[in-house]
Amino acid sequence: MGVKKTKTDRREFLEKLAIIAGGVIAVSIVKPFGSILFAAVKRPETGPWYGMGINISKCIGCGNCVKACKSENDIPNEPFFFRTWVEQYTIKNDETVVVESPNGGMDGFSQSVPDEEIFRSFFVPKLCNQCAHSPCVQVCPVGATFESPEGVVLVDSKYCLGCRYCIQACPYGTRFINPVTNVVDKCTLCYHRIMNGQSTACALVCPTGARIFGDINDEEGELHAFLKENITHVLKAHLNTGSKVYYKDLSPNVH
Amino acid sequence: MIPPQITRLSIVFAIIIGVFLVLRLILTPVSFGEKGHYRALALIDNMDHEMHYMGNESCQNCHELETEMHASDLHSDLPCEGCHGPAYLHNSKPDSFHLVKPEGRQFCAKCHEQNAARPGDLINQKIIAEHNPEYQCIECHNPHKPWE
Repeated sequence: MGVKKTKTDRREFLEKLAIIAGGVIAVSIVKPFGSILFAAVKRPETGPWYGMGINISKCIGCGNCVKACKSENDIPNEPFFFRTWVEQYTIKNDETVVVESPNGGMDGFSQSVPDEEIFRSFFVPKLCNQCAHSPCVQVCPVGATFESPEGVVLVDSKYCLGCRYCIQACPYGTRFINPVTNVVDKCTLCYHRIMNGQSTACALVCPTGARIFGDINDEEGELHAFLKENITHVLKAHLNTGSKVYYKDLSPNVH
Repeated sequence: MIPPQITRLSIVFAIIIGVFLVLRLILTPVSFGEKGHYRALALIDNMDHEMHYMGNESCQNCHELETEMHASDLHSDLPCEGCHGPAYLHNSKPDSFHLVKPEGRQFCAKCHEQNAARPGDLINQKIIAEHNPEYQCIECHNPHKPWE
């Protein structure tokens, strides 16, 4: 009797061991594909899917977009919080990189590095990347930030606690606490404008057309053409955020 | 026969789950979850903001002369509100709200100051400190028609 019981226990034990080992192996095989499965989600086939194209070669760093964004969305001028801002990158001959953004570029730029030390210099406008798999949305404990059906990442300012989790989660640094409302604020891609068929304020005032707002799903649209005709990149592509702000002529030095 | 402790535990669990469901019903805001893990009404809240930038078309009805001048020269691609600021208040009450007429050399310098990052073929660049420093830009250049 005793001998038989021992045998049964051993069989059960081995069976359980096999299940656990098999499970671990199965998970380890599937895991590397997790990111692919995650990235494969998306883009609705009908309806708009908004994003922005930025042509770095056309940006002259005038700061019109920064100013217009503040006026349009009633963001206080001081302290200096921005829904969009412009950075000047200067790659020096000794391969060091200088990044400047005085007042977010709102009042223009003055070149701080002398010409003879410069290898290359360019402006990079930045804004919320309207990620399709937003890290900020994933961390919000109350569902106060979300991706709209049109692919715009929005904040529910009546429901936001101001816990600042999303500010830490955003890899692009595009979120801040609005000093007036004391809740999180960010670029809404001018949701109030685009839902009325208008362009965003920043794209509207850009003197050189460096910012192209549009609907990625609209095959006749400006943004669709921009993406088709140019080679574009997104910021921090390795983070797999599903960014929908596409940069033409983006240098790998830009983060 | 169900042991009595199981019965008692079931009752306790049923109460806890019941309280949770009632609390959830009370505390979940209206429209939450209709479209996703958020208040669907927040979409309306985000849309509920007055547009401040009205576009060039809104200027052209009254400012015909400037529109014509502006269209004929190098600045024709520039939006009116890029220099003059948002027009919404001016459009609704043209007599009491006036837009800015930017002046001074530093305003033009925001675009035209020489800078290594500015694409040379895209825009006329000057070293502002050396380019006729004794004059204001608009004394020689009409901003609506800079090469007049």
